[in-house]
Amino acid sequence: MMQHAPLFIVLLPVSAALLCMFFSRLQKNLGSWLVIASIVAAFMSAVTVLQQVIADGGKPIHYWMGNWQPPIGIEFVIDPISGILAVLITFISLLGALYSLPFVKDEGWLHVGGYYTLYGLMTVGMCGMVITGDVFNLYVFLEVMSLSGYGLIALGGKKSMLAAFRYLLIGTIGASLYLLGVGYMYALTGTLNMADMAVRAAEFLNYPLFALAVACFVIGFGIKMALFPLHGWQPDAYNYAHPGSAAFIAGCMSKVPAYAMIRFLFYMFGVDTPVVRAALDVLGILGVAGILLGSVMALAQYDFRRMLAYSSVAQIGYIAIGLAMGNMYGFIGAVLHIINHAFMKSALFFVIGGIQYRFGEVNIYRLGGMNKKMAISSLTVTFAALSMIGIPPTGGFFSKWYLLLGAYTGAEYFYIGVLVVSSLLNAIYFFRILEQMFIQREASLTEVHPHKGKLGLPVAMALPIAVTGIGIVALGFYSVDIVTDIIKLGLPEVLLK
Amino acid sequence: MTIMDCRPFLAVGVPFLAAILIAFSRRWPNIRETWSVIASVVMFGTVVSMLPEVLDGNYYEYTLCQLTDTVGWTLRTDPAGMVFAVLASMLWVPINFYSIGYMRCHNEKEQTGYFAAFAICMSSVMGIAMAENLLTFFLFYEMLTLASYPLVLHKRNAEALMASRKYLIYTLISGQLFLAGVVMVYCITGTMSFTAGGFLTYEMAPSWALQLAFVIMILAGSVKAAVMPLHGWLPAAMVAPTPVSALLHAVAVVKTGVFCVLRIIGFVFGPELLAQLGIIDVLAWAAATSILVSSLIALRQDHLKRRLAFSTIGQLSYIVLGAALLSPLSIKGAYLHLVAHAVMKITLFMCAGLIIARTHREYISELYGISKKLPITMACFTIASLGIAGMPFLVGFISKWNLALGALQAGKPLYILVWVASALLAAAYLLPICQMAYFRKDPQEQFREYGEISYRMLVPICVTTAMAVILGVIPNFYPHFYRLATMAANAITAGWNGGWM
Repeated sequence: MMQHAPLFIVLLPVSAALLCMFFSRLQKNLGSWLVIASIVAAFMSAVTVLQQVIADGGKPIHYWMGNWQPPIGIEFVIDPISGILAVLITFISLLGALYSLPFVKDEGWLHVGGYYTLYGLMTVGMCGMVITGDVFNLYVFLEVMSLSGYGLIALGGKKSMLAAFRYLLIGTIGASLYLLGVGYMYALTGTLNMADMAVRAAEFLNYPLFALAVACFVIGFGIKMALFPLHGWQPDAYNYAHPGSAAFIAGCMSKVPAYAMIRFLFYMFGVDTPVVRAALDVLGILGVAGILLGSVMALAQYDFRRMLAYSSVAQIGYIAIGLAMGNMYGFIGAVLHIINHAFMKSALFFVIGGIQYRFGEVNIYRLGGMNKKMAISSLTVTFAALSMIGIPPTGGFFSKWYLLLGAYTGAEYFYIGVLVVSSLLNAIYFFRILEQMFIQREASLTEVHPHKGKLGLPVAMALPIAVTGIGIVALGFYSVDIVTDIIKLGLPEVLLK
Repeated sequence: MTIMDCRPFLAVGVPFLAAILIAFSRRWPNIRETWSVIASVVMFGTVVSMLPEVLDGNYYEYTLCQLTDTVGWTLRTDPAGMVFAVLASMLWVPINFYSIGYMRCHNEKEQTGYFAAFAICMSSVMGIAMAENLLTFFLFYEMLTLASYPLVLHKRNAEALMASRKYLIYTLISGQLFLAGVVMVYCITGTMSFTAGGFLTYEMAPSWALQLAFVIMILAGSVKAAVMPLHGWLPAAMVAPTPVSALLHAVAVVKTGVFCVLRIIGFVFGPELLAQLGIIDVLAWAAATSILVSSLIALRQDHLKRRLAFSTIGQLSYIVLGAALLSPLSIKGAYLHLVAHAVMKITLFMCAGLIIARTHREYISELYGISKKLPITMACFTIASLGIAGMPFLVGFISKWNLALGALQAGKPLYILVWVASALLAAAYLLPICQMAYFRKDPQEQFREYGEISYRMLVPICVTTAMAVILGVIPNFYPHFYRLATMAANAITAGWNGGWM
C-alpha cells in the first residue's frame, strides 16, 4: 500500500474528478466533497512520499507504472524538490477547494459538478507534471492542467470567455513548442524517459538540433509560466478567472512549468553545457525586464487582481534570475521563492476573492476601513505584503536573501541592484493598499453576500485566508529547515561541484 | 565567558507578548494600560538582572533558531549593547505613565493601536541592542521601521499621511541598501557576528568594495540618525503624539540609527580598517556640518516640537562625529552622549507635550509667562536646556568633555570648535524659551487651561530631570553607564593604537 503512494497523488484526484459529475447528479454537494476528499488523500500521500525521500537522505523514489521497466514504461520520480512541490500543490489546492464552496453554493448541480471536475483535473495535471519522469507524460499532464485551466478561467463570468480563449490560443502555442522540443530530443536520443535521455543526450550537446530543442523548451515553458515578454495572456486570465479558483491558478499554475524547466535545464542537461548557459543568460535578461516592467505595470493598476497579476510577472522574474545565476544559492533562492510565492499570491487572491464575494468590489481605492470589517483578511494582506516586499521574518525575505547571496557569489552584481529596486517598487504598491485598508475612511460598500460575525466571511473562506496568512510567517521561520533538509538534499549534481 | 541564557529573548519577548495582550483588551482601557506598565517593568528588570555579569566582562548569549542555513537568530549582551538596552528599557517605564496621562488628557483616538505599536517598537529596540549578528540586527531594524510607521500615522489626517510616507521612503530605501551591504560583508568574510574591533580587514577585498559596503551600510544608520542631508523625515514625523516624539524620536528610533553607526564602525569594520580606507572623514565632515546647520535652522523654528526636532538632529550628529573620530575617548564620549542626550531630550519633549496637552499651545511665540501656570514643568525644561547646552554638573557635560578630549586624542582639535559653537547655538535656541516663560507677560489673554493637572505626566518629567542631574554629578551612578561605555570603547579600540597617539 505504502509503495503505491506516488501513484495515489494523481490517481485519486483523477478518479474523483471523473466521477464527480455522476455524484453531483445524485446530490449536488456530493461531487464536490468527493473531490475535496481525494485532494486530502493526495496531500497525505504526497507528505508520506516526501517523508520517505527525506528519510532516505534525498535518494529519489522511482515508481514504475504497471511495473514496466523505465525506458519502455512510464515512471514517476520523486526527489526532495518535486516532493515538496507536490505537497505544496496539493495543500494550496485543498485550501482553494474549500474556499470555492461558498461561491458555487447557489448554482445548479451541473455547474458545481463541472467546476469541481475541472478543479480536480487541474490538481492532477500539476501534480503529474512535477512527479513524472517521462517527457511525453509531462506533455500529457501539461495539457490536462492547461485545458482544465482554460475551463476554470472561462467560468469566471462575462469577460472571462475572451480571456480564456486568448489564453487557449497562446497556451496551445506554448504546449506545441514543448511537444516540438520533445520531438527533436526523441529524434536525437531515441528515448522519452528523462534519466535515459539525460545519459544519451551527453554526446549531442553541441548539435544545432539540441540548441533548437532547448530553445523550444525555454519558450514553451516561458509562455506557460508567463515569463516577461510572453506574459500577454496572464493579466486577463488572472483577472477574470473564477474567483474561487483564481488563488490556485495564480499561486501554482505558473510555478509548475518553472519547475519543469528546472528539470530540463538543471537535472537533465546541466548548466555547464554552453547551450544551456546561453539559455540561462537569456532567462536572466528576461527576468530582469519582467521584474522591472511587471512592478511598474502593477503600480499603474487600480484593479486589485490585475495588480496582483502584474506582480506575478515580476515574481516569476525573481525565479528566472535565480535560475540564471546557475549556482547553488541562486537555485535555492529560486526554489524557495516558488514555494513562498505560491503562498503569498494565493493568500492575496483569497483575500480579494473574499472581498469580491462579500462586497462585489475589487478596486483598491475602495477598500477603506477594511480592517474593521474583515480583520483576519487585513492581517493576511499585511503579512503577504511584507513577504512580497521581503521584510524579515516573513518567507519572502529569505528567498530574497538566498537570491542576493547567489547574485554576489556569482559576481552578478547587477541582480543585487535589481532586487533592491524591485523590493522598493513592491513596497510602493503594497503600502498603497495597506494605507487604504487600515487608514482611510470607510468606503460605502453594499453587501452582496451580507455576513455578520467576527470572521467577516463564511468559515470555508476565512479558514484558507487565515492558514495562508500564518503560513507566510511560518515559512519564514522554517525556511532554514526547507533549505537544509529538503532543497539541499535534492540539488542537481552540477551545482555541487 | 559566555553564559547561555534565554534572558535576552525574554527582554524582547515580553513587550511583544504585551502588544498582543493589548490588542485583545481593546474594550478595557485600564487593563490594557496595565499590560503596558507590567511589560515595561518586567523588561527593565530583565535587562538590569543581566547587568552585574556584563559589568564583570561576561556575555549572555542565546540562539533561538537558525535564520538561514549558516546564520542563527542570536542575541548577545555586550557592554555596548547593554548601554542602549538599559537606557531604552529604563526610560520606557516613566514614558509609559506619561503616555497614559497624555493620551487620556488629550482624548486621542485609536489608543489600543498606539500602545500595541509602542510595545512592539520597544521589543525591536531590545532586539537591535542585543543582536549578535548583522542579520538579526536587520530583522529587528526592519521590524522597528514597520512598528513605528503607524505611530507617525496616528492622527490619520493628510499631514500625518504625508509624514508617514516620507518616513517609509527614507527608511525602506536605506534598509534595502543596508541589506545589500550585509550580503557584501557576508560574502567577503563568510561571517556576520559582531566582533569588537571589527571582523573585516584590509586584505580581504579590494578597497573600493570595502568603501562601497561601508557607504551603503552607514547610509541606513544615518537615515535613522537623521544626519543631514538625510534628516527630512524627522521634523515631519513630529506630527505624531508627543510621547512618541519623546521616546521614539528622541530615544528609541533615532538612537537605533546612531547605534547602527556605532556597531558598523566599531564591530563590523573596526577603527583600524576605517583609518586605512580613509572614507571615515567624509562621515565626520557630514556630521560636523549637520551639527552646525541644524542648530542654525533650529534658531528659526517657532513650532516648539520642530525646534526640538532640529536640536535632536544636531545632537545625534555629535554621536556620529564621536564615532567617526575613531579614538578611544571619542567613542566613549559617543556612547555617553547616547545616554545623555536621551535623558535630556526626553525631558524636553515631555515638557512640550505637557504644555500642549494643558494649554493647546504649540508655538514658542505663544508661551509668554507660562511658568506662572506650569512652574515645575518649566523648571525641568530649563534644567534640561542647560544640559543640552553643556553646563557642568549636568549629564550633557560629561559626554561633551569626553568627546572634546577624543578629538584631541585623534589629533583633530578643530572639531572642538564645532562643539563649542554648537553648545553656544544650543543655548541660543533653547534659553530664550525659558526667558519668555519666566520674564515676559502675556499681552493678549490669560491662558485657558484644559483638564486637571495630571501627576501621571508631571512625575515622569521630574524623574527624568532627576536622572539628568544625578548622572551629571555622579556619572557612574547605577546602572553604571560610564563603566559600560568605557568597556565598550576599550574593547573596540583594544587592538589598535596607530592612529591617535
